[in-house]
Amino acid sequence: MTHPILTVLPAAPGGGLPAGAAEVLGAASEIGTPVAVVVGPADALAGLAEQAASLGATTVHTATADGDQLGVPAADAAAAAVALVQPDAVLVPATIEGRDVAGRLAARLRAPLAADIVGVSRDDEGVVVRHSVYGGAYDVDSAATFGPLVATVRLGAIDARAEAATPDVHEFAVEASGRRAAVVEGFEPAPQTSSRPDLRSAKKVVSGGRGLGSKEQFALVEQLADALGAAVGASRAAVDAGYAEQSLQVGQTGTSVSPELYLAVGISGAIQHRAGMQTAKTIIAIDKDASAPIFEVADLGVVGDLFTIVPQLISALEARKG
Amino acid sequence: MKIVVLMKPVPDTWGPRVLSLETGLADRAASETVLDEIGERALEAALRHAESASDVEVVVLTMAPEAAQSTLRKGLAMGAASAVHVADERLAGADLGRTAEVLAAALRRGGFDLVIAGDASTDGVGGVLVPWLAELLDVPAITRLESLEITADAVRGTRATDGGSMVAQAALPAIVSITEALPDPRFPALRGIMNAKKKPVEQLTLDDLEVEADETASPRSIMTAVAERPPRAAGEIITDEGDAGERIAAFLADRRLA
Repeated sequence: MTHPILTVLPAAPGGGLPAGAAEVLGAASEIGTPVAVVVGPADALAGLAEQAASLGATTVHTATADGDQLGVPAADAAAAAVALVQPDAVLVPATIEGRDVAGRLAARLRAPLAADIVGVSRDDEGVVVRHSVYGGAYDVDSAATFGPLVATVRLGAIDARAEAATPDVHEFAVEASGRRAAVVEGFEPAPQTSSRPDLRSAKKVVSGGRGLGSKEQFALVEQLADALGAAVGASRAAVDAGYAEQSLQVGQTGTSVSPELYLAVGISGAIQHRAGMQTAKTIIAIDKDASAPIFEVADLGVVGDLFTIVPQLISALEARKG
Repeated sequence: MKIVVLMKPVPDTWGPRVLSLETGLADRAASETVLDEIGERALEAALRHAESASDVEVVVLTMAPEAAQSTLRKGLAMGAASAVHVADERLAGADLGRTAEVLAAALRRGGFDLVIAGDASTDGVGGVLVPWLAELLDVPAITRLESLEITADAVRGTRATDGGSMVAQAALPAIVSITEALPDPRFPALRGIMNAKKKPVEQLTLDDLEVEADETASPRSIMTAVAERPPRAAGEIITDEGDAGERIAAFLADRRLA
């Protein structure tokens, strides 16, 4: 196998492959041969392995991690898979569980780790990864001085997709490392409020800010998002004011998004907010304050009352859909 | 009980942040250096426990250039009993692995029952240091806690993870990270600021720590290129004259975005 790239896919806490699985396999296919290690409950492994193959993993190694130990079993399996596959690089989706596994894995392997990468390439000396630094103000490339590189891959950052592969699945037994682990007592899935796309990987995002004025009026942002098939986001001010859930926060300390379209409604665009969205391809902003900094990064800025503009926009979009 | 809070001086996210295009390192003169807010929140969580239980000592630990020491005073002013500052010119540009090794060595040297950190810094946004330290120290880790319950021999809480929330607990000694869902950090009171001047700050160099002397003996992550993104070109700004909603819809249709 030429240049195996190992993708680490621990089953999501609520089941299924982790978010970003297609993206890390796509990235792997750009720099070598995508291989996956899938770790999860015994009864789910066959299905997960088949899914990983359909997303491009030419070989899938599966390991059982039943039980209530937090983080350690997935790291044990990933480390064993690295020994087996001898990859040039290890790519892990930068999900919450993925980051935990990657940090542990790098410690075990004494390997360098590139965090939150947004691109991969190869030069004469091996794998090079790209980071988007300081809210997209800088592009930085990094590489390992020698040996394999472990990287966490930012969700929604990779457009490449690998071709589906014929499932070639190998179950392997992992010897437990015996590292001390926290114990999981329970998991409560987040309520599925709608069929809206996931904020982190959505192609379109409509975000609302303090200009919405109340939690009730924040529904206008949701209606516009639905008219566009977009994910809903929020500024920190809107989250702090209780208009939106914290998981929707876009910005320096929330989610960083880089969608095709970012539509900011009633968001002044503090520097911390811009750090989380200014790499979007097209930015539209609606705000009543003509001096709002959001207009400095907008491709189309509209100064006016969002409570008349947004309903008109929604009807216009619906009329166009016919 | 000894709680060590990891804090990181970072360029202030309320102003422009600059990378040197020559060295790839942060241009520390270009921004104000402040304590990362998520670390202040971690300290707040530790201080609240210290106030509700007896015999709890709260220490802040950082690895940062010598000049960043003044920011640590804020941690002391908030109420930490002492600070440990690892400062060494040989650590300039240290990668995540080197940082984890140094912090693990400092934690081993000083001892701890519980380590609390923020879930990710605003400059690196890696979110991998806590699991990394857990491996190096062989202690259990719980990342991204949204609630935190500390008892004499365990730590427990709800963590925000992928697709839901998880309740986990770990026997001490342990390391945890917290999210912004935890309470805002307190503002240091004048009395705290005055007291902070008398509190001990232990300054350590690599020579004080049991870490690999030759950094290059292990594989490291290095920057190979750095470039500044061109600023976004100015767009069109219009004032609503009653048809702005229609105009946005037309703009979206032109670009095949609706």
